Amino acid sequence: MIPAAFDYAAPTSLEEAISLLQQHGDEAKLLAGGHSLLPLMKLRLAVPSFVVDLGRIPDLAYIREDGNRIAIGAMTTHDALQSSQLLQQRVPLIAQAAGMVGDMQVRNRGTIGGSIAHADPASDLPAVVTALKGEIVARGPNGTRTIPAEDFFQDIWTSVLEPEEVVTEIRVPAADNALQTYEKFRQRSADWAIVGVAVDITRQNGAVSQASVVLTNVGPTPMRATGVEEALQGRPATAETIAAVAARADEGLEPSGELKASREYKLHLTRVLTRRALEAVLLR
Amino acid sequence: MKNRISVTVNGQQRAAEVEPRTLLVHFLRDSLRLTGTHVGCDTTSCGACTVLLDGQAVKSCTVLAVQADGHAVTTIEGVATDGKLHPVQEAFWNEHGLQCGFCTPGMIMASIALLDRLPRPTDDQIRSGLEGNLCRCTGYENIVKAVRVASGQTATP
Repeated sequence: MIPAAFDYAAPTSLEEAISLLQQHGDEAKLLAGGHSLLPLMKLRLAVPSFVVDLGRIPDLAYIREDGNRIAIGAMTTHDALQSSQLLQQRVPLIAQAAGMVGDMQVRNRGTIGGSIAHADPASDLPAVVTALKGEIVARGPNGTRTIPAEDFFQDIWTSVLEPEEVVTEIRVPAADNALQTYEKFRQRSADWAIVGVAVDITRQNGAVSQASVVLTNVGPTPMRATGVEEALQGRPATAETIAAVAARADEGLEPSGELKASREYKLHLTRVLTRRALEAVLLR
Repeated sequence: MKNRISVTVNGQQRAAEVEPRTLLVHFLRDSLRLTGTHVGCDTTSCGACTVLLDGQAVKSCTVLAVQADGHAVTTIEGVATDGKLHPVQEAFWNEHGLQCGFCTPGMIMASIALLDRLPRPTDDQIRSGLEGNLCRCTGYENIVKAVRVASGQTATP
């Protein structure tokens, strides 16, 4: 399978990339690691007439501490996220989830910025960054804006990004002793999630003081399990509480069934994986 | 529109004119006639097309040749030195880490990358490291054994 013909540019600055996007508008696609875009182009599901490769722009791959936040360059690969000691210590959810994306070869190429901008509800990092209450930094012709992850994802493969904007950075709060985990169920290794659950919890004096629970692949965007979050609030974390709370994880969800999983099965997985995730962080 | 690219392949500078849509695997196989890198699934799943790009394992069916411009690629043809097999090749041979052989070039390239990072991997680390490589003969046991032997460990744990 070979993509349809396209014209190609590999700019060496963001300004140049943005100006190319302005010239080519909707006909242009940005290429980061290419592990979402190129498969779509090979299947001719995406047929851009112009591809702007971000791979030659310096300084877009980094992970650094910025006060009490961690700033991650958009071109940082899943492999770099997975092996970052800074993330392992201060935002373990990202390091863990990145290590569960695809396989070794995919993680060597796929990037956090590409995954976020692609806005696939079956991808892991959109739910993870939403659970962390992170922010997406985007640059366009009119400058830079910072978008809360909560507002970023609009629909399947659709975000609030304008056609001439480039995601440059992802920012997430750093936390010491964070109670974070990602549970992912897939049929075969290296598959997308059938359902995923990202959890970020703060506990004070034995009770949950803040809970963030966001689900992968049970709606058109990352879905916040509000019922679970509210039910956990202020409660001591016991096995009984967790079982009762997790039973509410599928409230209000209308996932579409797919080849590998019916709607009912996805709702079942949502409850089970939420219970496992909460047990993993609260009962260990 | 064609783009002129220059890629260091197995230590040699190779230049060519390619269309932007040319995949790295087709550049290697069709332009350079390095047919050791196989096209299996063509959908980023099976790993038969795995090569090293600047030392990192990648699936060359999902990289554009233009993305490799100015970078270094190692294929299965480039791992033996002076007619002597690479230790991973030697171990696949000795431990019968192949049956039909179609997945083998990709398995070996992925194994080399894995051992570069984890010189003495556990069986679990070998299996998860190679999860991007499929063997339709299902010869996984001997592949794991071969990687273990290549890392200087015994054939059985």
